[in-house]
Amino acid sequence: MEALLSLAVKSMFVENILLSLFLGMCSFLAVSKKVDTAIGLGVAVVFVLGLTAPLNWALHEFLLKKGALGVLSPSLAEVDLSFLNFIMFIATIAAAVQLVEMVLDRFSPALYNALGIFLPLIAVNCAILGGSLLMVERDYNFAESVVFGFSAGGGWAMAIIAMSAIRYKLRYSNIPVGLRGLGITMIMTGLMSIAFMAFSGIKLG
Amino acid sequence: MSTTNAPAAEAAPLFGKKQKRIFLDPFIDNNPITIQILGVCSALAVTVRLDKAIVMAIAVTVVTACSNVVISMLRNYIPPSIRIIVQLSVIASMVIVVDQFLQAYLFDLSKELSVFIGLIITNCILMGRAEAFAMANKPWDSFLDGLGNGLGYGIVLVVVAIIRELLGSGKFFGMKLVPQALYDFGYQDMGLMVLAPGAFIVLGLLVWAQRTWTGYHEEA
Repeated sequence: MEALLSLAVKSMFVENILLSLFLGMCSFLAVSKKVDTAIGLGVAVVFVLGLTAPLNWALHEFLLKKGALGVLSPSLAEVDLSFLNFIMFIATIAAAVQLVEMVLDRFSPALYNALGIFLPLIAVNCAILGGSLLMVERDYNFAESVVFGFSAGGGWAMAIIAMSAIRYKLRYSNIPVGLRGLGITMIMTGLMSIAFMAFSGIKLG
Repeated sequence: MSTTNAPAAEAAPLFGKKQKRIFLDPFIDNNPITIQILGVCSALAVTVRLDKAIVMAIAVTVVTACSNVVISMLRNYIPPSIRIIVQLSVIASMVIVVDQFLQAYLFDLSKELSVFIGLIITNCILMGRAEAFAMANKPWDSFLDGLGNGLGYGIVLVVVAIIRELLGSGKFFGMKLVPQALYDFGYQDMGLMVLAPGAFIVLGLLVWAQRTWTGYHEEA
């Protein structure tokens, strides 16, 4: 339990998926102009990342990993399909996004309307695919992959919401013309990243 | 666009004025990273060292050019409703090829680049160019567009990597460039450059410089 809590803190603060691993920058830069849209996208990312990380974990563990097919017949014990990781993961993500969209549309139209436009965007958000690939690379087990999915998504959501609030304030400041938009956003993100480095060294359990 | 050009296709030169513009525009005037804001994630992550940045730039250029050609050839057969997934599978297949190639010939670097090779799939440059250019243009033009955008991306990567490697560890391509005498004098490497914040800030300043030069600006 302690190890899982530690993992959650680590992937949310210490190794924030956006501020220290640079994943999901494109949508971060594009959608952080307004606070409410940032919250919408943030929630959607938490949801999809928390769903696809365990799904892809199962896919990798029972189908693609070296020796995973050995269950079916001993002659397949040496088969290593992990080079198919990329294409299988992205297919899972695209399908999960589609599924989430349909379920929300059916059962919670209010939430669907709030998230609606962001859901398709998420399929090509590198944070989602990056989360799955990192999970494989770090050899997480099932419980760890669930915790990692949700907390990494939470860290991303936190960063984008904070950024949108900062950009809201920046609208009233006099920024050099060439620096407006992307330039100042990158520098602000750098400063946020420095602030988050203060969390490094925190270790629970 | 494709329909208006179709009758002239036979007579069009292989590398005319239009092609030259398609190829050269993404270098400075319409750079994928600094102007179009595509593919920023990997630009930040792989620029700690120059050799990583160059390998990444080549990988992205190859994938963009090849996937643009394939998608452009398929463009009349892809139903609009499922085009995203078709584009993704074309791109993912190309990335798998590149990844296997790197693992075979440059194993150490491919380990260090870790997930970022796989993340070329979701690199916005690929989807962006497939959607904005390859779906509406002929294969040869799309190839040039892909090549140009990949190289434009590469230029930014290399510049950021040179700055970060030089200031962060005093090296250029792994060779010590800052002389020992300077260290004796009290000079110190800038540790921040090697870490994440350095990447953000260098790229931010680079965007500023580039936009001041070209005169491009956005309302924010």
